[in-house]
Amino acid sequence: MSARDTEPLAIEALNLTKIYGSGNTEVVALNDVTVRVARGEVVALLGPSGAGKSTLLTAVGLINPPTRGRIWIGGELVLEADRARVDLRVFRRRHLGFVFQKANLIPFLSAEENVRIAMEINDVPAREARRRARELLDYLGVGARATNLPAMLSGGQQQRVAVARALANRPSLVLADEPTAALDSQRGRQVMELFRQVAHEQGAGVLVVTHDHRSLDVFDRTLEMEDGVLREGQAAS
Amino acid sequence: MNLAVRDIRQNFGRFALTTVGVGLLLMIVMGMGGIYRGLIADATLLVEAVGADLWLVQGATRGPFAEISRVPATLEDRARSVPGVAAARRFVSHTVQRAFRGRPLRMVVQGLAWPEDAGDWIPLAAGRALRHAHYEMVADRSLGLPLGTEVPLGKDLYRVVGLTQGMVGSGGDGMAFFTVSDAQAIQFDVPGEATRLERASRRARVGGRDLGRLNPLLLERSAGATAEIPALGPPQVSAVMVSLQPGLAAGSVMDTFAAWTDVTVYTRRQQIDLLLSGMVDKARRQLGLFRALLVIISTIIMALIIYTLTLDKIHDIALLKLIGARNRVIIGLILQQALLIGALGYGLAYWLGTFAFPRFPRRVVIEPPDLLLLAGVVAAISVVASLIGIAKALSVEPNKVLS
Repeated sequence: MSARDTEPLAIEALNLTKIYGSGNTEVVALNDVTVRVARGEVVALLGPSGAGKSTLLTAVGLINPPTRGRIWIGGELVLEADRARVDLRVFRRRHLGFVFQKANLIPFLSAEENVRIAMEINDVPAREARRRARELLDYLGVGARATNLPAMLSGGQQQRVAVARALANRPSLVLADEPTAALDSQRGRQVMELFRQVAHEQGAGVLVVTHDHRSLDVFDRTLEMEDGVLREGQAAS
Repeated sequence: MNLAVRDIRQNFGRFALTTVGVGLLLMIVMGMGGIYRGLIADATLLVEAVGADLWLVQGATRGPFAEISRVPATLEDRARSVPGVAAARRFVSHTVQRAFRGRPLRMVVQGLAWPEDAGDWIPLAAGRALRHAHYEMVADRSLGLPLGTEVPLGKDLYRVVGLTQGMVGSGGDGMAFFTVSDAQAIQFDVPGEATRLERASRRARVGGRDLGRLNPLLLERSAGATAEIPALGPPQVSAVMVSLQPGLAAGSVMDTFAAWTDVTVYTRRQQIDLLLSGMVDKARRQLGLFRALLVIISTIIMALIIYTLTLDKIHDIALLKLIGARNRVIIGLILQQALLIGALGYGLAYWLGTFAFPRFPRRVVIEPPDLLLLAGVVAAISVVASLIGIAKALSVEPNKVLS
């Protein structure tokens, strides 16, 4: 029995293949990759540079469709090869949260506004968006900096605001691409623990691309990728 | 949440400078339109103000404004005899440029058919209308002649007894009103030596013929003042203005005048059309082309700035697309900024214009329909200017955030 026949997974991606170029210049970035992340589960995606981690993340993040394969998110088939079954942009804003290596906050918006914007483009009423943004920033320990512009925040604080933005619309899946790369080890660990807390308390599946082996104990599971091929790593905790 | 305003707050310096630049350009565009309207107002001012129903001018000419017209002063009496004519007045108009107190004084000399016309119809800003047959003038303030100033013109001094505001000719020179005879004295004034030479010439011509040799009185008269020679008519005037009896249609009177082959008759409307089509049309086209160029330049500058502002935040736009923002959010961000630049630039142009335009040497007339039209043009160029930025923003891929 498939996992999607029981409680829907945060994501289930089957047999993803991504090929760039053609003929002599053809590069297989993903080679028949299958990945599943349950709700409330925190999964690390490890691997050397060029292994295909970011390609996998953009594929399951509905940013860069695979050449072949199918993707279910929250039990709904959203992508079959490069054919979208839903409006990907709408689906992204309702069901996915993204965190990047850099916080990527909009520089002309305050911390609170950076969180609110994600909700307002998802048609959340302004008052509700403001309330939830404050709540999230408080939850992530940066409520006191809500009115500050990103330039006035430290790297760790910016990354917390980015996490708040990713969680704003209560996504079923959070995708993070090396979110601690720009942080010192202490702050990096804090962010990883934050993902774990978010996954467990809010029920979102979290898939984190990381090189940071010092924080692997935070994850429920690790996946390792090399040359476009994914294999299950050891249980992390 | 208004992203456009928040972005502007962040880039306020650049936005403000752009707005000021666009505002100055729009002020020139606005001013050009105002100068054109001013040209029309100046050109038609006298024809409108003087209130004549018909203009009798030299036959086969389009005078007295669009070209020179000469008609005998007696035409005034002939016109009065036509049934339906309430009044007829001589019209004398010419431009003179003299030196006064060390600076050039250029004015349009207008003759009033004293005593029938003392210039009571002239809108006075100060002083009074003419009350004497000679040596008084009503001057426009643009000539810089205060009340009581005595201005030497020809061989006489003329005292300024009244002042008008904004009464200028189609060339922008201030008007000065005199009696017709004074206006002619100014027009036909020649130096004493020229008079002596002309009289000597006349005497030589008459003396060279039997008529002069046999008639000493004729020889004597020919060397005298022009006005004392009965065979010579009085100086000619530019035109004769005709007022019709109240309630009378111009048709039958015009038919009568049209049958006179030595003159041409125009209605007030025709006279205005002659002025506009002849004298103002080229200026209108020139100003129109200049305005069009300035509008294009404004559009290019706005487009460039909007494009640069868009490039600056292309990463943020990619992020917005990544987290699922609709295209209208992104289009709104760019379009609103362009419209804000346009609207603020327009407001600035109007505000600056209220200070600058009154100081222009020519009249600048800003009318509400022109302001509305320009507002529409500004809205249109704001939209056009944002198109390149919007195209760029819509083409950016969300995964640019990851690069």
